Amino acid sequence: MASITIRGVRKNYGKTQVVHGVDLDFASGEFVVILGPSGCGKSTLLRMIAGLEEISDGTIAIDGTVVNQLEPRERGCAMVFQNYALYPHMSVAQNIGYSLKVAGVPAAERTQRIQAVARTLELEHLLDRKPMALSGGQRQRVAMGRAMIREPKVFLFDEPLSNLDAKLRVQMRSEIRKLHRRLNATSVFVTHDQVEAMTLADRLVVMNGGRVEQVGTPGEIYTRPASRFVATFVGAPAMNMLEGTVELDGLSLLGGSRRLAVPRAGLPVGTKVAMGVRPEAVRLVAPGTSGALDATVDLVEELGAGRVIYVDLDGSPFSVMTSEAIHPEPGSTVWLKFSADDMHFYASETGGRLDVFKASVPEPA
Amino acid sequence: MVERTPFLNFFTHLILFAGFVFCIAPFVIVTIAASHNLKDVNDVPMSLLPGSDFWINIKTAWVTADLGPKLLNSFIVAGGTAIGKVIVSALTAFSIVYFRFPGRMLMFWLIFITLMLPLEVRIVPTYAVVANVLEPYQAIMDVTGLSWLIEKISGVQVSLSLGLLNSYSGLILPLVATATGTFLYRQFFLTVPDELTEAARMDGAGPLRFFIDILLPLSRNNMAALGTIMFLWAWNQYLWPLLITTDQSHAMAVTELKQLIPNVGGSPEWHIAMAGTLIVMLPPMILVVLMQRWFVRGLIATEK
Repeated sequence: MASITIRGVRKNYGKTQVVHGVDLDFASGEFVVILGPSGCGKSTLLRMIAGLEEISDGTIAIDGTVVNQLEPRERGCAMVFQNYALYPHMSVAQNIGYSLKVAGVPAAERTQRIQAVARTLELEHLLDRKPMALSGGQRQRVAMGRAMIREPKVFLFDEPLSNLDAKLRVQMRSEIRKLHRRLNATSVFVTHDQVEAMTLADRLVVMNGGRVEQVGTPGEIYTRPASRFVATFVGAPAMNMLEGTVELDGLSLLGGSRRLAVPRAGLPVGTKVAMGVRPEAVRLVAPGTSGALDATVDLVEELGAGRVIYVDLDGSPFSVMTSEAIHPEPGSTVWLKFSADDMHFYASETGGRLDVFKASVPEPA
Repeated sequence: MVERTPFLNFFTHLILFAGFVFCIAPFVIVTIAASHNLKDVNDVPMSLLPGSDFWINIKTAWVTADLGPKLLNSFIVAGGTAIGKVIVSALTAFSIVYFRFPGRMLMFWLIFITLMLPLEVRIVPTYAVVANVLEPYQAIMDVTGLSWLIEKISGVQVSLSLGLLNSYSGLILPLVATATGTFLYRQFFLTVPDELTEAARMDGAGPLRFFIDILLPLSRNNMAALGTIMFLWAWNQYLWPLLITTDQSHAMAVTELKQLIPNVGGSPEWHIAMAGTLIVMLPPMILVVLMQRWFVRGLIATEK
């Protein structure tokens, strides 16, 4: 159990800066997921916490102790790697118990603790096998066992599920979640998979280009994305974004070809904005409904429980997700409607969120 | 790749077989010659049917060249070279691959350059160094005026001397000091995933612990391959042992074969020479047969 405090952390490789001043606080026992596209600095940040990368600037403190100069073994962190990084020449038991062996724990106690961990992870019958003779899911569990046995203050996960097949990934996800509930150790989990991030996180950190874009619960991040990047990155299919300009009586979209009647609130006329709406918030309505937009169907993607309809809105791609049994033909015209509450507005230039339009909407808790 | 090409299969086997015959022929001839008596072995052409004196010739060769102690010497030198080489190569490659220290690339290139200077090229200076290992230090002290200073202050004339001629260390050390093994290990260490290193760090293992617990067991195949090659190479050394062993007690088997080769004007006892050759050839052959599996794996396969 430990809190982690990150203050102004930067990382330079030579002259290139890949992490530009990150400030974060992780509470004790919290499960934090760092989400971002590849190359956003999330793994680098995790490795700096672990002590595998030097911290170029700023401080990282675990339980109030600044750990910048400490070796990984002195930080009380355990890490699960993407490729598991099991020692190929050691049996499962030796792999799990290696850190105890290094620490000089007597053989009897070691065996006992290996047994206990193996029982938790249902690895008891595999203890004598070599990693080569294990399936992906089993290797994954051994890697977790290796981290668990040290009873670390902090668990670090570096995209541990990305090498598993889809079904196993879902299963391991819930196992990790269960494990966290029982051990209650502070966990930091890095991933580029938003479903993983949403389902696992107590709190989500969205990173992009070496900066933190937003920190919040999965719900907050989904309902109130703080920037245009977060809005389009979180959620699948991605949020629709339409460029527009603020006018006296509302919003002109797509270079003036479409208009939406939304309250202008404080924004000056002529402000360039991007209007976002999630595909799942768009409804298909009867032709000619007032306030509806007509669009040409490009493609329908069947998902079983629902379907995604990709349409062309005066040259701009737009998608609609519906669970209704509607199967429009490609090339046909559909009418789309969405409420003002479901619209998100971002400044065109900075990508920052503009909440002026939604003054009447209550803040989510 | 699975292909059904009977004609091509036959053809490739034919080539393989031709190669096999080509390789085995000298060996067969040596064996047959070793089984003849003095008269038969000097017949022109020599009969290719084995004679009956094989064991007598072997015994004569063994006694004449005193091969027992010589083989032991060869074992010690070849074994020592192989072991020393494996240890030195693993350590040097470990430091070059896993540590970032100033002058790392310089060290690497210095080692690399020694590849271009095999023992035969630098044999005179190497001989001088082995004759007195401390000679270079003496030279440095003389040039810098340090020995002069010491002589002025203490009145002692500095003369460092540590000779290794006619000793196992003198035979082994110059053979150990080559770069090939370092490269083999470097290439292997570069294929070891970084995550393994990091996992060991997270598990609390320091560099030496990581080296002994993780790297060495993983490089077993390399060790076997390098050890085998170095053993054969050291076993077959001729020039170096000949040069520095003036004393029979340190002579090696390969150089002692010369004792069996008939002198000009002596009786042409080629059957004895061939028998001696067979004896000297045997240990490396057995080694290759035993180590063959490891050897091939260590040189080609990177285990996943």
